[in-house]
Amino acid sequence: MHDGVFGEGRAVRWTLIALAVGFLVLFLVLPLLAVFSEALRRGAAAFFATFDDPDTQAAIRLTLLVAAIAVPLNLVFGLSAAWAISKFEFPGKSVLISLIDLPFSVSPVVAGLVYVLLFGAKGLLGPLLDDWDFKIIFAVPGIVLATIFVTFPFIAREVIPLMQEQGTADEEAALTLGASGFRTFLTVTLPNVRWALLYGVLLCNARAMGEFGAVSVVSGHIRGLTNTMPLHVEILYNEYNFVAAFAVASLLAGLALVTLGAKSVLEWRHGDALAPARRH
Amino acid sequence: MAIAITAEGLAKSFGETAAVAGLDLAVRAGELMALLGPSGSGKTTFLRLVAGLETPTAGRILFGDEDATRVPVRRRRVGFVFQHYALFRHMTVAENIAYGLRVRPRRERPAASEIDRRVRDLLDLVKLGGFGKRRAAQLSGGQRQRVALARALAVEPRVLLLDEPFGALDAKVRRDLRRWLREVHDRTGHTTLFVTHDQEEALELADRVAIFNRGRIEQVGTPDEILDQPATPFVAGFVGEAVRLPVDAAGRWIRLGPHSIPTADENIAGPAELFVRPRDFALADGAADAIPARVVAVRRTGPARRAELVLADGLPTVEIELALDHAVARGDVLPVRLAKIRLFAAR
Repeated sequence: MHDGVFGEGRAVRWTLIALAVGFLVLFLVLPLLAVFSEALRRGAAAFFATFDDPDTQAAIRLTLLVAAIAVPLNLVFGLSAAWAISKFEFPGKSVLISLIDLPFSVSPVVAGLVYVLLFGAKGLLGPLLDDWDFKIIFAVPGIVLATIFVTFPFIAREVIPLMQEQGTADEEAALTLGASGFRTFLTVTLPNVRWALLYGVLLCNARAMGEFGAVSVVSGHIRGLTNTMPLHVEILYNEYNFVAAFAVASLLAGLALVTLGAKSVLEWRHGDALAPARRH
Repeated sequence: MAIAITAEGLAKSFGETAAVAGLDLAVRAGELMALLGPSGSGKTTFLRLVAGLETPTAGRILFGDEDATRVPVRRRRVGFVFQHYALFRHMTVAENIAYGLRVRPRRERPAASEIDRRVRDLLDLVKLGGFGKRRAAQLSGGQRQRVALARALAVEPRVLLLDEPFGALDAKVRRDLRRWLREVHDRTGHTTLFVTHDQEEALELADRVAIFNRGRIEQVGTPDEILDQPATPFVAGFVGEAVRLPVDAAGRWIRLGPHSIPTADENIAGPAELFVRPRDFALADGAADAIPARVVAVRRTGPARRAELVLADGLPTVEIELALDHAVARGDVLPVRLAKIRLFAAR
């Protein structure tokens, strides 16, 4: 083995690799193994018994419901924002780009609190909502709102750089060939970004199902009603019901692994059709 | 001859900058016209205005007698070929070519078998028969550009517009495609406008050339007219590798530094600009009006040799084209004579 281009010695190289691998094992692999081993400590029967509990089932259902609402909405939002940003020039464009990143820079707890201040019983719109007898905070709509807020950059962030790189020539070509705007979108724009879009959906979905902070603030933790899977894990854990807590957690961890796998397949198969920054 | 496209006082501004600053142009039916100019001269913007990809800030565009200024792109029936092809990458070559036919409303759409037949004919026309099932990524640059042209022709456009069609290709492919485009044009007879900044390409390929400068047209003419009778100093300086020399014109003589050059053109007096090209100089052994020019560099350009000459101190160097067997070296003094005078009053 010869020295690298920077002239670094073998020792340096192996030290760096060992550091990186050690770090990964300590902070990522071990915790993941712990989750699964704790979940299975009392055997498979105890593990599966967790999922017979109606509260656990309700939590899983709620999490799926929230993701099923938040992800499609963010898909529409992300596409519209990406379309607007990459294909048109308009005043306030840079502000919009910064705003899309806001959920990344704001603590999820703060995001949740904002909704409480807006829609809570003592909040800005609280009395109005009270008149209509419509509950947002400590109810499913609040959880959905908080999840949408936290996850909305994921899809837009994937699609914007790709659309910007691709420019507008393809769309212009379709228009000169006689296609309508909508037809152009369906047959040219959408297929051009489909893999990046799927990638974004994967990440968005993983985050939507796993979100804790913002959802915790607005949920109220009502068992069987406003408890999502991450919140349910916390409750079970606080009640010293470790096997059940880790069993539910292992479900979330499994989701993460599946997402990771799907993401890798996408990068491997369609790396050239993803955002330019992710190409190798 | 019938006029296919007319631009009347056409202007387009982007914010403060006027990309196209009010120009008039008449394109004859069936002609192949090059829009030639330096980058930023407004030629691409003009092409996009004709296509309807930009809306003019002033002026009108007519297709034949019909005012097309407000007609949206998709109804203008123009064939547009983009510099970077803009092929739909998720479709096959055949699907790309068929696109313009398939997106038509049902009443106007040809039957599937008819579309297939048209695609096959077009593939043959662009010499890509058998490539229908491939994807754009599997083609070379030249092949992609031919697919792009076939796709544009499929909709039977009223005019064909090409934006730097060979700009992204290497020299050899450019030359082949150029000749081939001329063939396709002669066979199909479409009125064609193509943008280029390569004057060799424009002058070799086009029936007429429009020279663009700062959003305006300086001259429209056949390649011969553009080369031999440049209408403005800009055209004289832009085409044919011209060098601009500051001179003083006085009746039948032009004073160039310490030298006097005889001229037949007596209309210009006072400070003037003389445009000379490498082929304008001839060797003039023993002639009375020969200018002794010092050779400062010699280089080979294709089938000829070029010598760089200093006519007088302080003047820009000029070039002379010499036969290959003419021995010349740096430091030699060549007696030269100007065979062609292109003189414009100084601005």
